[in-house]
Amino acid sequence: MTSQADAVHEHHGPPEAHRSSRVDARTLGMFLFIASEAMLFGSFFTAYFFVRVVNPDAPAEWPPEPYHFPVFVAGINTAILVTSSFTMHWALQSIKRGNRPAFLAGMVLTFVMGLAFLLTQAVEYLNVGFNTGDGAFASVFFGLTGLHGAHVAIGLTLLGMVIIRGFRGHFSPEHHHGVELPGIYWHFVDVMWIVVYSVVYLI
Amino acid sequence: MESPFRSEAAAFRFLLVSIGAFALIVVASWVAAWLGLLVFLLLVTGAAWAYVRQRGPSLPREHIEHVGPADERRVLVVANETVGGDELMSEIGELALAGKTKFFVVSPALNSRLKTWTSDEDPARAAAQTRLHTTLERLASIGIEARGDIGDVDPLVAIEDAVRSFRPDEIVVSTHPEGRSNWLERGVVGTVRERYDVPVTHVVVDLERSDEGD
Repeated sequence: MTSQADAVHEHHGPPEAHRSSRVDARTLGMFLFIASEAMLFGSFFTAYFFVRVVNPDAPAEWPPEPYHFPVFVAGINTAILVTSSFTMHWALQSIKRGNRPAFLAGMVLTFVMGLAFLLTQAVEYLNVGFNTGDGAFASVFFGLTGLHGAHVAIGLTLLGMVIIRGFRGHFSPEHHHGVELPGIYWHFVDVMWIVVYSVVYLI
Repeated sequence: MESPFRSEAAAFRFLLVSIGAFALIVVASWVAAWLGLLVFLLLVTGAAWAYVRQRGPSLPREHIEHVGPADERRVLVVANETVGGDELMSEIGELALAGKTKFFVVSPALNSRLKTWTSDEDPARAAAQTRLHTTLERLASIGIEARGDIGDVDPLVAIEDAVRSFRPDEIVVSTHPEGRSNWLERGVVGTVRERYDVPVTHVVVDLERSDEGD
């Protein structure tokens, strides 16, 4: 007869980790990390809504006159980033089917589009016409978009590692966790941008 | 509680849903700010409703591969307070007589939702451990060797965990009678039958009748 109590007597060290159903521990870890990241973004959105809505001195126009957000350029950038999620998904599906050329093509396309997004954002910062010291609205704008940009940079680093490993022959239909986890992160980065773009630029 | 996010494909679907949802919110906000807020609240409510609805039965049927010697049968027993009930003991006894059988008993750490959310699980786990220990001792006293473990508060998750580690050929679920069983009300037995391709036996243990008999 064995029960957990007996096992505890025999076992030295920390107890075994509780198992979570049907979710691989590494995948679950990534989702938990993303949950914490969502909370981080949540704190920035709280500051944003405070400045724009709760604040009694909130400007009637957003952004306040005479400033303007480059909505069209950011829209193009949004389309680029969203498309990169499609190529990321395609890359993962390809390696699952054993189609290595399509996997590599998908990864490279995703990386290039992510890089294009980041460079376009840098150009946008240089030409936006205001800086962080030009008011609370500018602070939250740069805070939110900059936080997101930092996540894109981290995502690009992960994608870069996948591409290098992919070209070195890593990953297969049986072993593609190293692609799946960055893919999940990349989709998160995309979802957050949809929220940032909708809330900051459009609404 | 089961996570709806299990893979990259799930994250990708979430992205697609987010695009549609935020497109609606933006369009509504252009009409009027309060309408945008209303659409946002409706979408959040709808998402919560869809999440609650999709839990459990919608998961694909899982094939459980037989492990161990070919002539050995592995039986997973899942029971709440009914874990030491006469009807369950009798069922286990019959299965043991049928041939070489390995038993694994899972006793979920039953807890209230509030206590689970606040991580107040120690008393529930201690109670489950006591129930399990008593049952294993009782089985040992009639010559049946069994192993066991405490399970998750959610019986489906507890079964899921046990299936992963034990790989049973048969599952026995013990519940209170209809009308007094929370598990039956939630359709746990039906869900287990839908989810796994092994025989699932449902044993009803009437503890009140047993107490009257004593």
